[in-house]
Amino acid sequence: MILILDYNVGNVNSIIRAAELYSSNVKYSNNIEDILNAKKIIMPGQGSFDYAMENIHKLNIYETIRSVALEKKTPILGICLGMQLLATSGTENKFCKGLNLIEGTVKKLNCPSKYLPHIGWNSVNFEKENSLFNGIENKLDYYFLHSFHFECEDKKNTLATCEYHFKFNAIVKKKNILGIQFHPEKSLENGLKLLKNFILND
Amino acid sequence: MISDKKIRIIPSILYNKLNAIRGKNFEGWRVIGNVLQTTRLYSKRNIDELFFLDTEATRSQKINLEIIKEFTKDCFMPITIGGGIKSIEDIDNLLKMGADRVCLNTSAFNDSEFLANAIKKFGSQCIVVSIDYKNIDKIPIVFIDSGRIQTKKNLFDYIKKIDELGPSEIVLTSIDHDGMMKGYDIKNLKLLKKKIQTSIIASGGAGSYEDVYNLIKETGIQNISASSIFHFTEITPNTLKRYLSDKGLNIRK
Repeated sequence: MILILDYNVGNVNSIIRAAELYSSNVKYSNNIEDILNAKKIIMPGQGSFDYAMENIHKLNIYETIRSVALEKKTPILGICLGMQLLATSGTENKFCKGLNLIEGTVKKLNCPSKYLPHIGWNSVNFEKENSLFNGIENKLDYYFLHSFHFECEDKKNTLATCEYHFKFNAIVKKKNILGIQFHPEKSLENGLKLLKNFILND
Repeated sequence: MISDKKIRIIPSILYNKLNAIRGKNFEGWRVIGNVLQTTRLYSKRNIDELFFLDTEATRSQKINLEIIKEFTKDCFMPITIGGGIKSIEDIDNLLKMGADRVCLNTSAFNDSEFLANAIKKFGSQCIVVSIDYKNIDKIPIVFIDSGRIQTKKNLFDYIKKIDELGPSEIVLTSIDHDGMMKGYDIKNLKLLKKKIQTSIIASGGAGSYEDVYNLIKETGIQNISASSIFHFTEITPNTLKRYLSDKGLNIRK
């Protein structure tokens, strides 16, 4: 079962529909059993870092997510805010601890505030080879909508980057944990191919 | 430079119940098709982004979530939905239906505190404000409720206030130009672009390739909303993008 984690953040209909293109068993839930049994987990996300973490704690799923990620090694994909929550901490509204699955900090994009948020299509550069990129040309455009970015402690965890006033992480990966800053479910054919690879790759 | 974002061509779909509609100067609304079919057509066309605006929702005080759920189903592209939004709960519901952003017009005008709260709760990236205006004695005046109600606000004063509240973008529609397909309101858009920090989406008036190119060249605005042009001419979002790309502009790959 592909689990789309329900932690009460927006933008879920489209990610559910996109996942259903490649799997007949997609569930939208925050049930602990479902988290434990999921073959793969997608964390969607829109909203603010502290609000989302508060929801995760309220739902009592913080430890469960960490244990399936670290012990069971369930592949986890965080999208946009869902990606940022994988970090050690965030700074949106206030300092806030994240899931700490990939060491790093979420910071405001380093550009004058009049250029924020970063909205629209921008080119993504695959920095390394990865099965996630199978069948996808490099340097295509994907849809971004964010004001914060994920700064990895260990540069090895950077898989792809994007440039907007400066270079930032578009995709991060550490073992079974994957985070995508842009919205693959909103990036037409190129984005859907990434999701397909995440869902279908072993 | 990298701050130079890619040009976005954003078809907007105006609808009332299941009808996709078009008007001229916000009047004489004509049914041009079924909203589900229109959406399906666009979703196959590799579109940068779509706007859906319900022109009746403010009046009927009802956002029809069922229809929205239906037409967003196969849109694997960014979607902004507007019309009749007046509470945090409305926004919550629309985001759950697949909207990436919501567009406020009448409620942002009537209740700036609501706008501020919405930005705080959902983040500025999620909130778009649209402003419709019309020249009255040569002064651009703000209109609300899909152009039905004339306010006393001067566009330039109002936009400053919205700009300070900081939504992600502001859609500006000149009612005088809307549906006429004779070009955008370049004069006002040029002044407004210089006056505010928030990114502008220009809307109303595109009838030819040159209209869009002139808008970008004259005003520096990089986000273009259009509707009639894609319905009443041979021009599609893709041929338009090809045209702009051939002119050396930065277009999505």
